Amino acid sequence: MSTFLQSLLIAVRALRVNKMRALLTMLGIIIGIAAVIAMVAIGAGASKMISDQISSIGSNLLLVIPGSTTSGGMRSGGGSSQTLTYDDAKAIKAECPSVAEVAPTVRGSGPVVYGNQNWSTVINGVTPEMLVVRDWPVVSGRNISQSDVDGATKNCLIGQTVADNLFGATDPVGKIIRVKKIPFTVIGLLGRKGQSPQGQDQDDVIYVPLSTAQRKLLGSQHPNTVGAMMIQAKGEDVLTKAEEEVTALLNQRHRIGPSREVDYTVRNLSELLAVSEQSSQVMSMLLGAVASISLVVGGIGIMNIMLVSVTERTREIGIRIAIGAKKRDILLQFLTEAVLLTTCGGIIGILLGVAGARIVAALIGWPTLVSLNTIVIAFAFSAGVGVFFGFYPARKAASLNPIEALRYE
Amino acid sequence: MSEVVRLENVAKVYTMGEETVEALRGVSFTVGSGEFVSIMGTSGSGKSTCMNILGCLDVPSRGVYLLDGVNVGELSANELAEIRNRKLGFVFQGFNLLARTTARENVELPLVYGQLPASQRRDRALAALERVGLSGRENHYSNQLSGGQQQRVAIARALVNQPSIILADEPTGNLDSKTTVEIMTIFQQLNSQGITIIMVTHEPDVAAFTGRQIIFRDGLVVSDTPNKALSATPVGEVTGL
Repeated sequence: MSTFLQSLLIAVRALRVNKMRALLTMLGIIIGIAAVIAMVAIGAGASKMISDQISSIGSNLLLVIPGSTTSGGMRSGGGSSQTLTYDDAKAIKAECPSVAEVAPTVRGSGPVVYGNQNWSTVINGVTPEMLVVRDWPVVSGRNISQSDVDGATKNCLIGQTVADNLFGATDPVGKIIRVKKIPFTVIGLLGRKGQSPQGQDQDDVIYVPLSTAQRKLLGSQHPNTVGAMMIQAKGEDVLTKAEEEVTALLNQRHRIGPSREVDYTVRNLSELLAVSEQSSQVMSMLLGAVASISLVVGGIGIMNIMLVSVTERTREIGIRIAIGAKKRDILLQFLTEAVLLTTCGGIIGILLGVAGARIVAALIGWPTLVSLNTIVIAFAFSAGVGVFFGFYPARKAASLNPIEALRYE
Repeated sequence: MSEVVRLENVAKVYTMGEETVEALRGVSFTVGSGEFVSIMGTSGSGKSTCMNILGCLDVPSRGVYLLDGVNVGELSANELAEIRNRKLGFVFQGFNLLARTTARENVELPLVYGQLPASQRRDRALAALERVGLSGRENHYSNQLSGGQQQRVAIARALVNQPSIILADEPTGNLDSKTTVEIMTIFQQLNSQGITIIMVTHEPDVAAFTGRQIIFRDGLVVSDTPNKALSATPVGEVTGL
């Protein structure tokens, strides 16, 4: 250990003698490491943003939508038929053991008016389970209740965007608004949810009881049908099982068989999360790879300067060998010097990288995420670059012939 | 008087491309403990090659070199490094101190490779500097010292590990005549304290300070004579400097 400490002291002194050169040599590593840290931080931040958006839909979700319709030989897109019913939703809740909640919904749009303000928004008919499934709190007032649904009351919940546009700063709870010219009482204000992964404003919405929407607002030809069902499984591990149970039950209820086409689609929203996480991981890796190239370039700079240093100090090496330094001592001395250079560069690079990530976050508003893992890996990598690119010059120094080295001018 | 160095029929052949150069062609002599020997000869006579072999920086092509009874030719590179560190002290013509390093640190250098604790290193380095008359200069950097002072630091460095022999290669070659006398006087003092010294020089004036002169020519020893004048004459007068 004392040998190592001694090598370290010698290395520190050797670098101090040539401060400017040491700094310039380190610059390659500094830029490389800083780039890696900043790039990975930006990549990880973007990845986190996307996964936050996806999980803002809710967790462990299945989405069931009606299948396509065929009229006159033309098949319309998925969701165009009206084959799912509120009874299907109730049956799924009652008979599928892996399902925690079922939230059927119908969807439409229309103008809402309060006083002299008006706003056009999305109108969803829902049951109380919707806010549970979507993990969405009511920040003021109360949720739609089962009796609202049973009685088809003219109560509604409004999203933050709607509240901002109609009410400004005043509290909307208890106020009467007109939805498609029908007066509704605002019973609750939803918390802020932000953008969906598709970039839609999730807060631009009004929730009314499902029955009210079906009968009074959206005017469906089939009064009991629902546009979609969001199903929450009891856990991530039973999500696939829940999907199978729901499919089996719906096949049975809709009498799907050889003579009858499947008239609904079940989508697993977690797959969306996995896919987008994968793509952002690929992006992080690409950014990291590009940054690593500059690290390699920095390493070559280190090697270059170490070779110059060995040549310059040939005489010193000769003296050291003559007075009893072993090959190993000389090797260790120059290797320590190279590693000291790169790790110092690494530390400075980490600091700059973290600062750079912060600045990007502050200026452009991109989220960045610096993990301890990245820092540790970056540091280890910088030391590794030192060993890798320092080894050849160090070996060259250690294998010098002392007689020639002492004569070297 | 015990024997420190024994060379038996030592030869050294260098191969340079197609040509082979025989730098030493069978050299034999012994050096006893406490001797002060000068090796003289013109350039190309083989004296430097002999010095490199004596200093364990090179190994003989033929023949045997015993240092303190150990056959150096059979040792590994690491063992040779250890011998250079513990049994040999080097003084070079060009001083060969480390630049931007203080006198004390230069003297400590052999102890660093000998794995000695820092406090002991310091004490022994200061003691060695005192022996060459450089007390008070231990914190001067090598470039702040005159040539004579630098050479004295180099001698202290050679002394610090209490070696069996000090090997000096043209130690006064870069010094003026006054400083030469100073340095040679230091060597004589150390020798009178019982230290064995072997010195290469081509100046008879310098060789006159030593107790025995071995003369090389064309890779062979041509004369090996004790210096009778030295025992009779006080230091300085014999040289006429």
